[in-house]
Amino acid sequence: MQDKIHSSYKQLEQKSKYTNMFLRWFLYFVLVVFAFYFIFPLYVMVVTSLKTMEEIRQGTLLTWPSGLNFDSWLVAWGGRGYGAGDTFLKPYFWNSIKMVVPAVFFSTFIGAMAGYVLTKWRFKGDKWVFLFLLFGCFIPYQAILLPMARTLGVLGISNSVIGLVLVHTVYGIPFTTLFFRNFYVSIPSELVKAARIDGAGFFKIFFKILLPVSTPIIVVTIIWQFTQIWNDFLFGSTFSFGEAAPIQVALNNMVLSSTSVKEYNVDMASAIIAGIPTLIVYVLAGKYFIRGLTSGAVKG
Amino acid sequence: MKTLKIEELSKNFGSTEVLRKINLEIDEGNFLVLLGPSGCGKSTLLNIIAGLETINEGNVHIDDYNVSKVEPKDRNIAMVFQSYALYPSMNVRENMIFGLKQAKVSKEKIEEQLEKVSKFLQVDALLERKPSQLSGGQRQRVAIGRALVREPRIFLFDEPLSNLDAKLRVEMRREIKKLHQQLKTTVVYVTHDQTEAMSLGTNIAIMNHGVIQQNDTPEIIYNKPSNTFVADFIGSPSMNLIKGNLKESSNKVSFVTHGSNIEIPINGYDFKEKSNLDNKEVFFGIRPEHIFFKKSNEEDFEINLKADLSEYIGHEQIMTFNFENQEVLAKFPSTVKIDLSKNTKLFFDLTQISLFDAKTEERI
Repeated sequence: MQDKIHSSYKQLEQKSKYTNMFLRWFLYFVLVVFAFYFIFPLYVMVVTSLKTMEEIRQGTLLTWPSGLNFDSWLVAWGGRGYGAGDTFLKPYFWNSIKMVVPAVFFSTFIGAMAGYVLTKWRFKGDKWVFLFLLFGCFIPYQAILLPMARTLGVLGISNSVIGLVLVHTVYGIPFTTLFFRNFYVSIPSELVKAARIDGAGFFKIFFKILLPVSTPIIVVTIIWQFTQIWNDFLFGSTFSFGEAAPIQVALNNMVLSSTSVKEYNVDMASAIIAGIPTLIVYVLAGKYFIRGLTSGAVKG
Repeated sequence: MKTLKIEELSKNFGSTEVLRKINLEIDEGNFLVLLGPSGCGKSTLLNIIAGLETINEGNVHIDDYNVSKVEPKDRNIAMVFQSYALYPSMNVRENMIFGLKQAKVSKEKIEEQLEKVSKFLQVDALLERKPSQLSGGQRQRVAIGRALVREPRIFLFDEPLSNLDAKLRVEMRREIKKLHQQLKTTVVYVTHDQTEAMSLGTNIAIMNHGVIQQNDTPEIIYNKPSNTFVADFIGSPSMNLIKGNLKESSNKVSFVTHGSNIEIPINGYDFKEKSNLDNKEVFFGIRPEHIFFKKSNEEDFEINLKADLSEYIGHEQIMTFNFENQEVLAKFPSTVKIDLSKNTKLFFDLTQISLFDAKTEERI
């Protein structure tokens, strides 16, 4: 009897072992398929950007380039050197930097302040203020185009980098406030009470006590805002044109407005260049991203 | 001069009344414990004393000076919080001197204070550490140290021990008691733990629903609770409250439960007012520790009760008896053998009883 039970356990054990192994391999298979699926476009882009037009015409999408040929990258970045109609990314890249750095800074800073006030200094109607801010997260981009264009016109900063900084800062505040509010909710209010008894004021408490522990959420906000603003096309194309345009708009112009032959290698190189800064931000700060996003849930 | 005086203080959050007409006074060097269940308003009261909450009505005086509208930092108080509230980005040294720096105290004076206090609390070896590198007990010490360096008139403690594990809590409780014995600073201490309250306080104010139920020394609170709430809240297990009536005949007063012939003579009871006692509906209060299994003095009331339940907790056992269908708990040493479902001879110590009006629930 005992032996019988024992052997049937053994059989079950064997069976579940095979099932587990099968599931594991199936899992790996699915993962590999997805990995391919995601990396494939990037592969095509990089490979194409390194080919000459000759190679592109003769080979297929997947063929390996004959050598490391960075000519199309140079053209994408600095142009061919002739006058009219020569669009290249360099000036617009700097436009985007000039737009994205202040916009990220201001929206993050204002969001941090707002989150601090909404959690640590309760005032009459604070719930309503937060509700309206939250509402701001759900307003579609398109809805604010006209009023914003009018506002920029009245302020006299339409078609300028400053105008775009303002648009992105304003549009970003609901999101940054939400991030910081949710983070500061998890920080005990007793800290603020202790600091008040110790004689620290509104700004001192913010800069000396809350901001030094906010690194994770600051990183999250920066990544989020940087990606949003850098990749934005709608605001950029609506509120700016010509020389004030950010890189995404320039990229679009470059790819769509070429009059002669379609230069796929230059287009691909341009697209990669336009995407590199966000990639860098992710690589540098990515590990904080997940940590920061979950920090509201798990007190750390 | 009272170190702290609170007059007719009321506080509400919106339409919810949190504190109602609170009056409190503390003499120099006393240790007042605000004790009550959660949500009774004790922490709000402490925050008001600290100046962290505004007042709707009434006044707070510190050293006869009305501080009702004075900023927390100018009230000459220091506070220790439940979560310690140590500034996470600063090390122990910076944490402890933060307040002094804000008050623009001279560098030499700050160093002198820091050295004195950190030696006194034995945290001088930890000065360069961050709060996250400290154990619970160490954090607690640093939090107390941060309060001490300010040399305040009044110490405010907001449930400082409830984050510690049971063993450490007892240790820190003793340390706080020692600290108070040495420094003799006035303390207001909030807790929901009656053992803490009894062992630390020179005075205990028991609160419920925003009202102070009784403010007395621990001995009076324990022996003469002023109403059924206090009687029930203090003591573990809490006081037995047996419902019944008083009977007065030819100058003898006794207690009878409904439909029973057991009469407990209570002539020795110190009534507040000895009139209209006959037929009054009352609660007869006796603590489990004042019910004995053998006669201890002549006045003891002897009674036979059936035991229903026995709870063994090591050094003692808690027995539940059936008294005319009302539960009566008694506490005995665990060495005493008592049979369940059998009648046991018990002795009520009538010198220790309390009587409460069944309607007003106040002591009579």
